Amino acid sequence: MIYRFIKGCRGMFLISIISAIAMALADMINPQIIRMAVDNVIGGNPSEFSGSIMDIVNIFGGFAYLRKNLWIMALAVVLIALVKVIFQYIFRVSNTRASEMFVKNMRDSLFSHIEHLPYSWHMKNRTGDIIQRCTSDIETIKNFISEQLMSVFRIIILLVLSVTFMFSMDITLGVIALVPMPLIIFYSFIFHKKLRRGFRECDENEGILSAMAQENFTGVRVVRTFGREEYERERFVAQNEKYTGLWVSLAKVMSRFWSTSDILSGLQVMLVVVFGAVFCINKTMSAGEYIAFISYNSLLVWPIRQLGRMISDMSQTRVAIERIRYIMESEIETDRPDALTPPMDGDIVFDNVSFAYEGCNEVLSNISFTMKGGSTLGILGGTGSGKSTLMLLLDRMYDLPENSGRISIGGVDIADIKAEYLRSNIGMVLQEPYLFSRTLAENIGITRSDITLSEIRKAARTACMEETISGFKKGYDTFVGERGVTLSGGQKQRTAIARILTQNTPIMIFDDSLSAVDTETDEKIRNALEKHFHKASVILISHRITTLSKADKIIVLDCGRIVEEGTHQMLKGAGGIYQKIYEIQSGGIKDREA
Amino acid sequence: MKFFGVGKIIPYMKKYRLIIAVMITCGLLGSLTDILLPVYQRYALNHYVGEGVLDTLPQFIFIYIITIISAGIVNYISASRATQIEVSINRDLRNAAFRHLQMLSFSYYNQNSVGYIHARVISDTARIGTLVSWRLMDAVWHLSYLAGSIVVMFAVNARLALYVVMIIPLIVIMFSLFQNRLIKVNRRIREINSTITGNFNEGITGAKTIKTLVIEDKMSRHFTKDTDAMLSTSVKGARLRGMFAATMNFASSCAIAIVLWCGGYIAENEVGTFSMFMSYAQGMMEPIRWLVDCISDLITTQVNIERFTHLMNIKPDVFDTPQVVEKYGDSFNPKYQNWEDIQGDIEFEDVSFKYPDGDEYVLRNFSLKIPFGMNIAIVGETGAGKSTLVNLVCRFYEPTAGRILIDGRDARERSQLWLHSAIGYVLQTPHLFSGTIRENLLYGNPSATDEDIRRALSLVSADDIIDNLENGLESDVGEGGDLLSTGEKQLISFARAILSDPKIIILDEATASVDTITERRIQSAIDTIIKGRTSIVIAHRLSTVKDADLILVVRDGRIVEQGRHDALFDKKGYYYTLYTHQYEEDQISRVFG
Repeated sequence: MIYRFIKGCRGMFLISIISAIAMALADMINPQIIRMAVDNVIGGNPSEFSGSIMDIVNIFGGFAYLRKNLWIMALAVVLIALVKVIFQYIFRVSNTRASEMFVKNMRDSLFSHIEHLPYSWHMKNRTGDIIQRCTSDIETIKNFISEQLMSVFRIIILLVLSVTFMFSMDITLGVIALVPMPLIIFYSFIFHKKLRRGFRECDENEGILSAMAQENFTGVRVVRTFGREEYERERFVAQNEKYTGLWVSLAKVMSRFWSTSDILSGLQVMLVVVFGAVFCINKTMSAGEYIAFISYNSLLVWPIRQLGRMISDMSQTRVAIERIRYIMESEIETDRPDALTPPMDGDIVFDNVSFAYEGCNEVLSNISFTMKGGSTLGILGGTGSGKSTLMLLLDRMYDLPENSGRISIGGVDIADIKAEYLRSNIGMVLQEPYLFSRTLAENIGITRSDITLSEIRKAARTACMEETISGFKKGYDTFVGERGVTLSGGQKQRTAIARILTQNTPIMIFDDSLSAVDTETDEKIRNALEKHFHKASVILISHRITTLSKADKIIVLDCGRIVEEGTHQMLKGAGGIYQKIYEIQSGGIKDREA
Repeated sequence: MKFFGVGKIIPYMKKYRLIIAVMITCGLLGSLTDILLPVYQRYALNHYVGEGVLDTLPQFIFIYIITIISAGIVNYISASRATQIEVSINRDLRNAAFRHLQMLSFSYYNQNSVGYIHARVISDTARIGTLVSWRLMDAVWHLSYLAGSIVVMFAVNARLALYVVMIIPLIVIMFSLFQNRLIKVNRRIREINSTITGNFNEGITGAKTIKTLVIEDKMSRHFTKDTDAMLSTSVKGARLRGMFAATMNFASSCAIAIVLWCGGYIAENEVGTFSMFMSYAQGMMEPIRWLVDCISDLITTQVNIERFTHLMNIKPDVFDTPQVVEKYGDSFNPKYQNWEDIQGDIEFEDVSFKYPDGDEYVLRNFSLKIPFGMNIAIVGETGAGKSTLVNLVCRFYEPTAGRILIDGRDARERSQLWLHSAIGYVLQTPHLFSGTIRENLLYGNPSATDEDIRRALSLVSADDIIDNLENGLESDVGEGGDLLSTGEKQLISFARAILSDPKIIILDEATASVDTITERRIQSAIDTIIKGRTSIVIAHRLSTVKDADLILVVRDGRIVEQGRHDALFDKKGYYYTLYTHQYEEDQISRVFG
């Protein structure tokens, strides 16, 4: 999976690797210049450098001339530093670009993948968990790519180069310097592995503390009326204390690690200093080499400690990748290759449709009905009667399994229609609509990119939302959601209706979408709808007989079956559920009360 | 504004004066060893290499090891103390915020979302402790390293030291050039990051709606815009940071070049001194780099500090006077011995009220006597303001004018805790705390016996819930009681209210759909609870409404009608509409039932 995201940024990664190598090389040269300065230029000893380097020295007039003009050596240091910082800059920028591109690729495809996952997937998976994966797990992977991966790489380059240079000067001292290194790496690796358990415990306890606070604030009424402020405070303080205590002991362990590895690496430096001095006296090594050797050694000490930690951190990244992979490998919706885009104004036919959600009992049994194109269908049904499922099936949010009947529009099985085409021709308002945290105008016009303000206004007017909107200080630019106004249930429903109206679809479904609107507004909206959309096929789901009565056809659903079917005139005297509800809603209750 | 607001945190640091002193001392000692090591190397080079003798080698090794080990020890102490200070201060801040929130009024809770309040207590505090401990520690370390190395350099070779130190003002100028822009870019990156998180949130929460609207691709494209912004801003940030780091590194190489150029001659006799100067010249950049991080951290944390102090400075609207606290104690230290028994008479006396964040009066000169044992029902549509009276009785809000009398005395003459301990409150959406059923039942009355619990449970006919659970009373209810069904939660919360045996009971009836049998059980439980108590019920159930001694009808925040059921019904006003509507709903669900 990782490789797929790396694709677009391979070049950049390559550049950053090359500049990392160049940087490390520049780091290697400086100690050599100092060595030359100390040994040959100032110390006046004969050179041990190779011929080509001596050629360069001779161009500048040889050691004797350089000695009188030390500024040339200084300039060399500065020039090499310049080369180094240029590569350092390139490294930083290309590495950031590469890793940010990687993260962008990952986020983009993750987001788009999630949006294209089937409805059932979204029903099955917990929102909070998915959000967590998309935010903190990606953050973990990002840190790994942008920091750890490159650091490991750089450390390895540095290690290889310094070791090469050290060995080229003195093999014995090189061995002495190198021996403690695996020990330090191993120690730090083991340690960080162990530490992670402590971190997890801290995290868990922070979670408990956090949940405790959350519960207290949510249940503030209960806390106050039972007068348990002191009890709550004590509980919080106790958990807070426990959490803090865990951290303190974890900190002790961590500090112990740092100081131990401080001592270990300090001793390593001391070994080099002492043995180097001994070798110098034995004349197996020069003073300049000695200084250069110490420089190389100091380049290694810090990164070596980091290496152990990074290796142990990698397992964390592996977990994060697994968690992302779960999403990316969930199957998205696909159409058949020969999917059709037929006209959508034809008759809608449910032919012996039965449906059950995964692992549940049947919610729809043998549903058959025909709805003429351009007509209005009313559906009456109680909670759990399966009416919403019916609409989700029509919108192909769930696919009908084999042998469970057939749904067709204009004679074409909807399973053969492109899902995107089908849905963009069906405007559906859910009972509890979701509004996006944007302005009202953007919310209403969200399905189209070419929409004009006057169209938005018209839709809002039809949905009886215009007055409400002009009541807001910022009108159509009012921000909805967390950072803006909170709309009431009815206002949300009306905004969602306006949103559907701008789509201008041949099929429209109102799933109990006027439940939070009062009867008068309900009627106003229906009249406006009738005027504007007399050609569309409209499906109304409602409890209100007044809403349903004008429909060309009404079906009554009970426990997943059609129990009555006909027009208002036919049903109101048929003696069934419809008649009962009709009487309840139209008749006075006084007589029954008495 | 004292130094990025850190001044406001000083009171919380005072307690740890001693530990802070230890941390600083050890930090100083730690940086001292770092200053010493180049000096040791100088000695090794000058003495052993330069003079070619190894006479003092054992002593040298001994001192070297001692220094390293003591460095290890002081670093251990300073690092562990720093963490201890960090987490202790965080803990104290959290405790203080939590305690303060237990006293804040409902107006605060109504105006701020739980998520917002939660973030103040949990997230803001976490950053502050880190700042005052580690940043302080680092400051000590870096500044003393800088000072120490300068002192040593001057002591060894003043002229060369002067040349090296000259580079510092240059670095400071560089630093001030970059600092502002670096901070700005960092802030921008954080902003985009939270936008992206918000987008994920919306794309996942709204996924179903997005599907029905077929705007998956549009949303994805929109998302790409933000990730594009992230990419370009991050690269911009990397350019700046890269430029800054490059300049710093370059400056440090210049310092080395200066040592080589102006100090090269020293190497002839004193190679060690030469090498020592180079170490210091290189080490001087570290404190500068630290300064950049530190300032940008200070600026970020300033916001956290401000939010925290803002929270702590909010005064509760409802509070007990010092005289009341003197006699009755406060919420945390009640003086039970001075508490009078409560009778349960409530009286509104010429009460006018408007919410602290509202402009209009929702009550005007409202007077009502509710003698002990009376049942009041409040009806009205969702959002009509039915909770106002309840809020006033519970003293969640104080009347804007007029008085509320409890047992004939102004409620303000006695403590909030006194009143609250006499009130039982059952919420529409029952709130249980994570823990066992027993813990939840004992919430209102920690001293209740098992027998009391049994009785309370059977009174609301909830005993079979417990019997059906494997662990009985010790069963875990889950976060917010999620392991129980809505009906079960409701009944448990009834039992909890009964256990505390309040004189006044406030009930917010559920509209949530429960099955017919549970519905019946809840109904009879309500009848049991309100018997023999003064009760105020925000009513949805027709039977509760019909049997009430007095019905208050609320519309658009105001009481529009009041009286008994029959009178109100015959009046055919707003109550009539509400009642018939509710009746219809009931009937419809019965038809489908």
